[in-house]
Amino acid sequence: MDELLLRELTPAVIGVLVHRGVDFATAEDAVQEALIQAALTWPDRQPADPKGWLVTVAWRKFLDARRSEASRRDREQRVEAEPPPGPTETADDTLQLFFLCADPSLTPASAVALTLRAVGGLTTRQIAQAYLVPEVTMAQRISRAKRTVGDVRFEEPGDLATVLRVLYLVFNEGYTGDVDLAAEAIRLTRQLASMTDDEETAGLLALMLLHHARRPARTRGDGSLVPLAEQDRSRWNTSLIAEGVAVLQTALGRDRLGEFQAQAAIAALHADAPRAEETDWVQIVGWYDELLRLTESPVVELNRAIAVGEADGPVAGLAALATVDPGLPRHTAASAYLHEKAGDLRAAARLYADAARSAPNLAERHHLTRQAARISQALRG
Amino acid sequence: MTKYLLLKHYRGAPEAVNAVPMDQWTPEEVEDHLQFMADFAGRLESTGEYVDGQALSPEGTFVRYDGEGRPPVTDGPFAETKDLIAGWMVIDVDTYERALALAGELSAAPGAGGKPIHEWLEVRPFLSAPPTVTE
Repeated sequence: MDELLLRELTPAVIGVLVHRGVDFATAEDAVQEALIQAALTWPDRQPADPKGWLVTVAWRKFLDARRSEASRRDREQRVEAEPPPGPTETADDTLQLFFLCADPSLTPASAVALTLRAVGGLTTRQIAQAYLVPEVTMAQRISRAKRTVGDVRFEEPGDLATVLRVLYLVFNEGYTGDVDLAAEAIRLTRQLASMTDDEETAGLLALMLLHHARRPARTRGDGSLVPLAEQDRSRWNTSLIAEGVAVLQTALGRDRLGEFQAQAAIAALHADAPRAEETDWVQIVGWYDELLRLTESPVVELNRAIAVGEADGPVAGLAALATVDPGLPRHTAASAYLHEKAGDLRAAARLYADAARSAPNLAERHHLTRQAARISQALRG
Repeated sequence: MTKYLLLKHYRGAPEAVNAVPMDQWTPEEVEDHLQFMADFAGRLESTGEYVDGQALSPEGTFVRYDGEGRPPVTDGPFAETKDLIAGWMVIDVDTYERALALAGELSAAPGAGGKPIHEWLEVRPFLSAPPTVTE
């Protein structure tokens, strides 16, 4: 059975039910049940018309659910009495679903969960696994999200920026369970990019492709992190890089810069360097300046300081870092790195140890502890 | 089967025998320690006794209710709190003795000089659901 095909059909099938007058939350439930049935029966015999099969089964699931709700009998009869739908069956409402699932009334966690289920076609169990929460918790999160968007009109034009934000969150989560969330985010962003004519969507897709290309080199077999400068670049995925660069160039050519395009440009410059020493840090600083202008984000300011340290030397980097809020995550780690580059090993060892204590995840904590241990050992001679 | 919490403290436990802080170890010693921890969890997974393991950030804040319509009161982080939990492992084992034995093994994780840390771990049984059959 082709699980990906099933998942790709999900939003379109939900759209068909919505066009037949079913509200989104109910339609989504019915399609989820149809997906589960497909997962059980398709391995033996895949239907010739998978979409038609899903529509039929989801519609039956919907009718079954309605029949069991006596209090809604009136509406049920009205819907059942509707004539068989015509050309709307072929209309693709996937874009509308993207908007609905990322509606600004939703919290980020809810929008992510709803998008993965209704647009991505993942089961609640898969989503729960990916986010390391109990399945019941995830089921509740999704049904609350559906209630929240219950009053949003399906046809309402949505905000593309919030959709991009949701996809970015999914991508950054990486992968922990059976589902590769990074790959899923790329699939969905690719789908979104094919339906919209938007530079930032292209920029986000390029950003994801360029970072995904580095994945084989980013961790060692034991899960520990390999910093960018130490990665074996021969293990970067060149076809993903080529695609990312092409997508980005087309977007940049239209001269409507946004933050995702600027971030992708930085990733592309890294991808362009055959060895870490050949990185064009001067251009990277230029892109960080653009990014800072667009976002005014302190995190960008922090990353810019590190880039300045590479382009103009660690003293300049430390000067740039001095104006950044010291309370930011990874500020201490950046400071440790620049102090080591500047030759102040004592300060670097202390800062790395401090940074390890405040690291936001174990992989980083272990990496920073190793740095502290390495420098302390050098100091002991 | 009973679940036990093996609790590791940043502070508050009696001093370990081999108490050199981790950033003073050599990179190889750090590596060996991490490998030991991963192997230990992996082994308990394979025996069907592993439930969960998490590390905690050392920074925390105390919070309490401050009455209807008022925002909660927060206090901390306290630099000098007596007790500071670093993380835990939850195991599901047949006997209390097995829980103690495993905690003992975990406490022997290698530290500075490749020697066991002999750190103190706290072993706490979970309160379980009431049994169906009581007589």
